[in-house]
Amino acid sequence: MATMTIVQAVRDALYNEMKRNDSVVLLGEDVGLNGGVFRATEGLQKEFGEARVMDTPLAESGIIGAAMGMAVNGLRPVPEIQFLDFIYPAFDQIVSEVAKIRYRSGGTFTCPMVIRSPAGGGIRGGHYHSQSSEAYFTHTPGLKVVYPSNPYDTKGLLISAIRDEDPVIFLEPKKLYRAVKGEVPEGEYTVEIGKANVVREGKDVTILCWGAMVPEALKAADLCTPRGADCEVVDLRTLVPLDEPTILESVRKTGKVVIVHEAPRTCGFGAELSALIAEEAVEYLEAPIVRVAGLDTPFPYTLEHVYMPDAERIALAVGKVKNF
Amino acid sequence: MEVTSSGKDMKNKAPKHSESRSRSSVLREDCFHILDEQNVADPKLDPQLAEELLLKMYSNMVTSRLLDERGMMLQRQGRIGFYVPATGQEAIATGTAAALKASDWAFPSYREPGVFLYRGADVLQMIANLYGNSGDICQGRQMPNHYSFSKQRLFSVSSPISTQVIQAVGCSMASKIRQEKDVTITYFGDGGTSENDFHTGLTFAGAFKTPTVFICTNNQYAISVPLYKQTGAKRLADKGIGYGVDAVAVDGNDILAVYTKTKEAVDKARNGGGPTLIECVTLRMGPHSSSDDPTRYRDPDLYAAWEKRDPILRFRQYLEGKGLWDADHEESLREEIKDHLVEAVEDVEKMPPPELETLFEDVYAELTPQLKKQKQALIAERELRGKFENTSEAFPL
Repeated sequence: MATMTIVQAVRDALYNEMKRNDSVVLLGEDVGLNGGVFRATEGLQKEFGEARVMDTPLAESGIIGAAMGMAVNGLRPVPEIQFLDFIYPAFDQIVSEVAKIRYRSGGTFTCPMVIRSPAGGGIRGGHYHSQSSEAYFTHTPGLKVVYPSNPYDTKGLLISAIRDEDPVIFLEPKKLYRAVKGEVPEGEYTVEIGKANVVREGKDVTILCWGAMVPEALKAADLCTPRGADCEVVDLRTLVPLDEPTILESVRKTGKVVIVHEAPRTCGFGAELSALIAEEAVEYLEAPIVRVAGLDTPFPYTLEHVYMPDAERIALAVGKVKNF
Repeated sequence: MEVTSSGKDMKNKAPKHSESRSRSSVLREDCFHILDEQNVADPKLDPQLAEELLLKMYSNMVTSRLLDERGMMLQRQGRIGFYVPATGQEAIATGTAAALKASDWAFPSYREPGVFLYRGADVLQMIANLYGNSGDICQGRQMPNHYSFSKQRLFSVSSPISTQVIQAVGCSMASKIRQEKDVTITYFGDGGTSENDFHTGLTFAGAFKTPTVFICTNNQYAISVPLYKQTGAKRLADKGIGYGVDAVAVDGNDILAVYTKTKEAVDKARNGGGPTLIECVTLRMGPHSSSDDPTRYRDPDLYAAWEKRDPILRFRQYLEGKGLWDADHEESLREEIKDHLVEAVEDVEKMPPPELETLFEDVYAELTPQLKKQKQALIAERELRGKFENTSEAFPL
């Protein structure tokens, strides 16, 4: 089995699906000859031609709007938004058009597509290359939102997303693009959308996380063991549709919950998780739910390592709920 | 017409379109036309269309007009909540649609019922959309006039302006990638050329040389905002230049001119010649919608001048001049269409509203666990309370 980084897993998934299905096309800024600024589409234009791997004008709304028209007319586009921070010009196309076409046409038009975008901080990217704005999309009916944390899941989920009949926002934790390596099977396999993964079992505290926060949560769990807390770490992998049974099962077991995300705290996806747990499992809770999140500030440049939740901050939160 | 400076003296709601009225003709001089102001066709430009096609086009225009009259009446009677008339713009919808093949795609805005009618959308289903009931393809999920007919490749209408322009370009890119010969046409208004997705649409079309035809219905008003306040451009067709998209302006009330220029653009696109922007100059003769009162902002003289240029009347005179039409034909056509509309309205009014369960369908291909849970909860709520009272207020736009 090959060992790959996340960015290589992305490319491998795209390569597999393009080989398998002529309708799969890529479009975006610099995705062609240059292979994407993170090299996620390296060599794919050479392999599949300019008609299927398109360097587009610099207009995110255009990229998504064009992808929607392609999808309506039978292609299976995988548009790339170079950084998630640049997706906002396309917000109208995504939330008002892509997300709603199946519903507003009574199911007579659909636009399955995968909107890939590198997300999150940790690469010294300042305000505009660091945001983790998944909550804007989890709030929009009609979209699925996937946010993997390792190479194996990235490839399997991206293949699932491309084969899915609904539009998928596929967020790639760019801090981990090359930082994490893992074994990835050759050829095709899928990881089911909508299934969380218990990546570490434990009995005392449940840590809910996704994307680049998963390795931090695992590190935090290691820090907590000698401090007397046995953590269970749940990698949500998909935010919409949410795997409620896996989350609730863990919460019912431990009775104590820490939710971790990079995005600002207020109305971050952690708020939804907290509400869900309060609604469905309050009788099992032995301590208040604690969120470890980004600050309610714009994402900073120099002090990003202070802004972003890390293992120690998560461990402190675990200690707080464990000792409540 | 010069539109650059006339706005400066505007003070209140009786605007003076002095420069547009100062000319003997109300139509901008640069607009391609075949019919003159006496509705006589230039023999050198007359496309000499087959009788059957001419009569189909005429019938379609009248159907569109009568559907508008019926729709506005139903709204005034409180039988439907809202209506968007296209009165005065029938030549543009019908003339462009007639230049297409059935396999071509159309991405209309909400003011192109004639495109839907011409391409074979079922009138009963269109009226069911006005009622938003269980006969509506969209199951009452959209406002009236937001039609969607996938079998006829008539894309679902959106309310946000010009979003369909870039989607149409993407659709045509798909045809080109698959080396199919289909053309995509898309429609938007003068105000629509200010929107982001007009810009992205023409940018992509120019860059990828797509088989797309852009129909700009310049009806001179975006709700209440006149064109000279909308843009500094003297001609909307000029906007094509910056994108490398060929453009032409036509008399939008001359169906022969609209057809001719659209056919040229469609043929060019089909043969790999790339996109064209066609500015069809007209005047919106009705309100923006049933909620709008155009007397608050419309220049009555401009309106009166364009009323004489009614596209249906002009086309009828052309047909009469060719000996293809007379008062008897007119009467029987109108009777036939009216009967059909009355019958369709009667049938549609018998249809019940969509079932509550339809709320949850078509959000995704399959219901998510969350939607299943919400659906069960809503069904339980219905059992508990019995009914849901509708307390909505009237729509303002």
